[in-house]
Amino acid sequence: MMNATNARDYRQIPGTYVFDGAHCQKGYALNMFCKSLDLERNRAAFRADSPGYLKNFKLSDEQRNAVLDRDWLAMLRLGGNIYYTFKLAIFDGLTMQHVGAAMSANGMSVDDFREMMMSGGRPINGNRSVEEWSHG
Amino acid sequence: MARFVGGVGTSHVPSIGAAIDHGKTQEPYWKPLFDGVQAARDWMDEVKPDVVIVVYNDHASRFGLDVTPTFAIGVADEFPPHDEGYGPRPVPTCLGDPALAWHLIESLVLNDEIDVTMVGEMSVDHGLTVPLSLLFGQPQQWPCRVIPLCVNVIQYPQPTALRCFKLGQALRRAIDSYGPDIKVAVLGTGGMSHQLQGERAGLINAPYDNQWLDDMVRDPLSLTRIGHTELLREAGSEGLEIIMWLIMRGAMSETVRLIHRFYHVPASNTAYGLLVLEDT
Repeated sequence: MMNATNARDYRQIPGTYVFDGAHCQKGYALNMFCKSLDLERNRAAFRADSPGYLKNFKLSDEQRNAVLDRDWLAMLRLGGNIYYTFKLAIFDGLTMQHVGAAMSANGMSVDDFREMMMSGGRPINGNRSVEEWSHG
Repeated sequence: MARFVGGVGTSHVPSIGAAIDHGKTQEPYWKPLFDGVQAARDWMDEVKPDVVIVVYNDHASRFGLDVTPTFAIGVADEFPPHDEGYGPRPVPTCLGDPALAWHLIESLVLNDEIDVTMVGEMSVDHGLTVPLSLLFGQPQQWPCRVIPLCVNVIQYPQPTALRCFKLGQALRRAIDSYGPDIKVAVLGTGGMSHQLQGERAGLINAPYDNQWLDDMVRDPLSLTRIGHTELLREAGSEGLEIIMWLIMRGAMSETVRLIHRFYHVPASNTAYGLLVLEDT
């Protein structure tokens, strides 16, 4: 049987933030802020005064800055989940490809990202383990 | 008695729904995908199920982080489309089948000891509505009743592949023991390979997807032994959704007849896969 500790070998997958319990705990307020944008009245309040609206949520300073800077990768590292942070992207009128490009390791443009998808996507070879990445 | 008529596995990419809603299905980007789906539409039109059980996942729509049911069945009379930030999709409200839904739950819990969450009010997001649009087009009213079977595939630990398969087997026992003379189909949705998040966003693994499509037909038990780390690594962090297809496959006979198979890259950031299967 797989045991829970050994199962954390998913941390060896590069550029991937698995939304486990620790991650959920860390990002709870951040994700629930994003979830609050489901309602138009909250979107209006956030649009009118973003820093003021964020005071309703128990965000760390880093999380607050990541939201205000739209640093999509930082949000993930600070406990964000893509289905939640994407609500903020929708609020901004962005597509998943904008966000995908912004998070990409090699600083891709949206057009580069679209082109990569049209050519079959990011390949699996060379992208399986952090070790492969560290060897460049 | 109720009769099981077949299973469909399909990805549920939101942009496919947007392409349908905005009349873009014949544009060069989308046409190959919709051409490849036509045979599944024809099959649906032929078998005409009275009820479809749609196995899907909610994407932070009905459920937030405040409660995450592993398996949840909708028992409501109707399920409206959820507003995912663009306004609700212009699709019909799904009509439920509470009598069958409660029968499924009683059979799962009392006979098979699979304890599912019962949901009395439930909006449904693209995970459920995109497969319906793919298979039924744009009718004024969906041609069958819908029972949502929602699976947690976002919050680790997700249920194992084996658990999904066993739920499917139990679901079939429940369908077969239902008195009314109706036809029931099961849709397994989600996947195929895709990763929306992180520096590895955009990952696609076509060989792995095609191996899955092969094994779904001829060796599903091999798929039930796959662990989450392999899925996260090979199919991408969001590609793990593919375990939901095993609920559909578990509901079917050991050997199945392949009616239709289709695979296409890309649909937005995702690999699109489709299987239509019947019992032998």
